Amino acid sequence: MQTSDSKDVEREIVVPGDLLDSSGLTPGPGTFNEGKNIYAAQLGIKSVRQNVVGVVPLSGQYVPDRGDMVVGKIVDVSSSNWLVDINSPYPAPLHVNEVPWRVEFGETKRFMTVGDVVLLKVINVDETRKIHISMKEDGLRKLTGGMILDISPSKVPRVIGKSGSMIQMLKNSTGCRIYVGQNGRIWIDGDLDNIVRAIKAVKLIEEEAHSVGLTEKVKKLLGDTVQETESETDGRNTYTQ
Amino acid sequence: MGGTPIPNDIKLLDENGKRVDGRRPDEMRPIKIEAGVLNKADGSAYVEWGLNKVLAAVYGPRECHPRHLQNTTRALVQCHYNMAAFSVDDRKRPGPDRRSHEISKITSEALTHVVFTEYFPRTSIDVYIEVLQANAGTRCAGLTAASVALADAGVPMRDLVASCAAGKAADTVMVDLGKEEDNFGQADVPVGYVPRTEEIVLLQMDGELTHDEYTLSLKMAIEGCKKVYEEQRNALKRRYQVRSVDAVEEPKGVA
Repeated sequence: MQTSDSKDVEREIVVPGDLLDSSGLTPGPGTFNEGKNIYAAQLGIKSVRQNVVGVVPLSGQYVPDRGDMVVGKIVDVSSSNWLVDINSPYPAPLHVNEVPWRVEFGETKRFMTVGDVVLLKVINVDETRKIHISMKEDGLRKLTGGMILDISPSKVPRVIGKSGSMIQMLKNSTGCRIYVGQNGRIWIDGDLDNIVRAIKAVKLIEEEAHSVGLTEKVKKLLGDTVQETESETDGRNTYTQ
Repeated sequence: MGGTPIPNDIKLLDENGKRVDGRRPDEMRPIKIEAGVLNKADGSAYVEWGLNKVLAAVYGPRECHPRHLQNTTRALVQCHYNMAAFSVDDRKRPGPDRRSHEISKITSEALTHVVFTEYFPRTSIDVYIEVLQANAGTRCAGLTAASVALADAGVPMRDLVASCAAGKAADTVMVDLGKEEDNFGQADVPVGYVPRTEEIVLLQMDGELTHDEYTLSLKMAIEGCKKVYEEQRNALKRRYQVRSVDAVEEPKGVA
């Protein structure tokens, strides 16, 4: 496992107001400092990496950040904007200039309407928390078909895994197309049995996000079902032959 | 308070210095706190404090609903304290009243003090406090539950707010008044306390106390808050400890 290369792996649950460090480390995410003392601002797990002490949150709302890929739902349409719910405390307007099509004023409804699901990128979030989103980059598009699964945004890194290992495993073993938005929304498409397997796996990851041997557990869950479906198809094959 | 005559069969303090429910004057009622009890809320907590049973739920930060209330520079902490109709002996007439408005206001103010409201401009953090069973000291129990629920919701905070009351009954200053002591006693001082910075975020007084009695009450209430604080911390840690006790792996980076 990753234990050997990262040296500070003590898993300490911290509560807001807990003193994390007073020896001059740099305060990281989820913390605040008063003079030299660094305190936890959120419920989470203490992490120390290269002189930066931070808190990995165990819960919390999605706060949009520049460059995040998100799965959004259209909640309102106006003549030059779509209003997208990206599961954040702030509404996100998608302007017609930020979609890959040429949309005439007032023609927005012909392209996307309320209830449509889109894959978007957060271009910028300014200091007043106004969100600028776009659909113009490669791979960003309207999502049709499939299913949407909501998980806690703090568990997204676990679903993706180290440099995408977990999500790759899910895709390979279920054959589904999966997009994981940083906002905790997951879009899954494939045939129904495989979608169900993928959903089960994601639920397991969410449930056991911070336990050891997560990859093994997921592998086992997927592996078991893999064998089941394989033997099923084998049986069916012999029957037809 | 003070005005109500004490029924003859109630002795607020007996010959051995024990209170109605057998406690010493500096003894608190037992507290049980559980975090994360509701699935639909972003954060929640359940507190049993003596015979009090209080449920708190937190939603948000989310879009502030009556639009005109939103603040362009910070989040609003909106508390809604409510007592269930069945929470007291006589049926409580449902709906907001003078008392629940007051308690909602003071808990909002106490919590606003610890939440990093400037992180979420234009939003509202909604805290719902439901009293299921009341037995004196529900505002303290409510505030205690609300701050655990906020932490459970992952809201960034400077510290948890602990709360406890002290007061005077049978001419004796005592901590955490029970129902009889509250009804037939002489004074009640609920305190909201931030243990890390030793700040007081809630302080009220009902009844009359001498300066010395007041000072002693405050001291006892703060001692009580410190005990409550430990329970709050334990409740939050317990929620995740079970799952991560054997966890060694670092959380992985984003894709």
